[in-house]
Amino acid sequence: MSLSAYFLRRLLLAVPLVIGISLVSFIIANLVPSDPMAANLGERAAADPEIVAAFRAKWGLDEPFFVQYFTYLRNLLSGDMGTSIRTRRPVADELLRYMPATVELATAGIIVALIVGVPLGVISAVWRNRPIDFVARIISLIGVSAPVFWLALVALLLLYLRLRILPGPGRLDAVIPPPPTVTGLYTIDALIAGQWRTLGNALAHLILPAVVLGAYSAGLITRITRSAMLDVLSMEYITTARSKGLRERTVILRHGLRNALLPVVTVIGLSYGNLLTGAVLTETIFSWGGIGRFAYDSARSLDFPSIMGVSMLIALVFVLTNLIVDMLYYILDPRIRL
Amino acid sequence: MMRTLRIQIARNPLMAVGVVICLIWFSISLVAHLIAPYGPLEQNMVNRLQPPSQTNLMGTDQLGRDVLTRVLYGGRISLPAGLLVIIISTVIGTLVGAVAGYAGGMWDELLMRGTEVFMAFPTIILAMAIAAALGPSVINAVIAMVLVWWPNYARIVRSLVVSVKSNDYVEAARALGASDRHILFRTILPNCLAPAIVMATLDIGNAILLFAGLSFLGLGADPSTPEWGRMVADGVSNFDQWWLSTFPGLAIFTVVMAFNFVGDGLRDLADPRVRKARG
Repeated sequence: MSLSAYFLRRLLLAVPLVIGISLVSFIIANLVPSDPMAANLGERAAADPEIVAAFRAKWGLDEPFFVQYFTYLRNLLSGDMGTSIRTRRPVADELLRYMPATVELATAGIIVALIVGVPLGVISAVWRNRPIDFVARIISLIGVSAPVFWLALVALLLLYLRLRILPGPGRLDAVIPPPPTVTGLYTIDALIAGQWRTLGNALAHLILPAVVLGAYSAGLITRITRSAMLDVLSMEYITTARSKGLRERTVILRHGLRNALLPVVTVIGLSYGNLLTGAVLTETIFSWGGIGRFAYDSARSLDFPSIMGVSMLIALVFVLTNLIVDMLYYILDPRIRL
Repeated sequence: MMRTLRIQIARNPLMAVGVVICLIWFSISLVAHLIAPYGPLEQNMVNRLQPPSQTNLMGTDQLGRDVLTRVLYGGRISLPAGLLVIIISTVIGTLVGAVAGYAGGMWDELLMRGTEVFMAFPTIILAMAIAAALGPSVINAVIAMVLVWWPNYARIVRSLVVSVKSNDYVEAARALGASDRHILFRTILPNCLAPAIVMATLDIGNAILLFAGLSFLGLGADPSTPEWGRMVADGVSNFDQWWLSTFPGLAIFTVVMAFNFVGDGLRDLADPRVRKARG
């Protein structure tokens, strides 16, 4: 099977999944016995029979449940996710506005997790059952055991409030204006605009939340890398490589790690979902204007169109990352092609 | 018996440490009313936001309540909540996965696609939506968590059932005229339980973590309840008073870590490859 045929097949399999997700989020949103009219339109508009009739027609509110659901789907397909009850702006616009901040944070988190996790896992496997392995395992267990929100608080308390090494919450210092928007990622935008001071400040603000957010994934990646490396290192081709007189470094990195990376790729894919969960907590504490923070504010004010929008978005990201993981598998492991 | 226990401890000291810490926390929760120096809701406004001292070992919060007392009581909510989520999810997941794996065909497709839908949901967002829809409470937080948790078990039990199904002894049971129900619940499932239980143990820590996260966001226990996640949240609004968030956070951390130690150890025990290499 060629790569494009494989990709197309996986993509088609994702369609029923996305429909199912939209159905579940629709059902949950409909669990609430609230008046969508008053909630969506505000009191004055709700008193105007013409506006109410138009709203009812648009969302099919007089129709039975399933017809309502299909109306929702149809609007969704044309990019209309409804209007946020809290901010009175289109949900799709809000999601686009908050997405870049979360992408920036989650990507930084995954980078931190990889930089820490993979080397620690390799070291742990190579020096198995030595003191350094023990230390690495404890570090990884701390990573997966510490509550994100607590780590965030302790880190802020220590590094910001007491020692003043790193800046506090927010994406930039209050005195620094955001760079001109291109991608919405402050670091990239500052780089494009050549604003070095802004870039430095944005990076400084990114460090703490990224480390806190990446800690859990770092622990996970360490553990997976270790066990994958242990499996691989006991293979006969490693013995062969050693007996050929290759340097130990080459044996471990070229012959060992390369083959151990497959399960690590899967975990990175799954971690992305965990990162988004962590993002809700991390963004809340670091006043990071991203999707997580938006979801939290929406949930607190019973803003269901927004909550449904966030659920759909994150579920789509999940489906997409799984798709990418499958693609990577296809590229990394030639056996799948057979 | 004692000898095997000693051998196990020697082989896996971390697991032993985990078991001991878990036991300590469970005992503390059971006898919190006997050992706590104050009442968990007892306020003392004159003595509010005091740093740790001899009278209040972990300081006092914004209402002058003793932090140590509330940390000791906190396990009474977090521990049962985490366990409950895992137990209910394991039961639901096992049933769905077992039926899907045993029946196969259309039922398998239908059940497993449904499972995937729930898996794709971001746990915390779904939990937030449900807690928001039904109102924040401990029970609703547990319901929300179960909804996103059971699919993991459905998946693993299904794959186990599929692999056990092809064994000769299952064929033998069928040849003896056993009913489908008997074959599934008496012959196949008992052979699938060990891996599911290992996974469940590994997950208890995660469940406690997520529950604390939901409480932290105000979607679990109500504000006055002594609950660890909730208490850490008090520390956000009183940022300078480090003791408010540090101690309840440490409580969550130690419990979760202990469960992870135990789960890790169980997994090693269940994995013959590791056992051989260690022995």
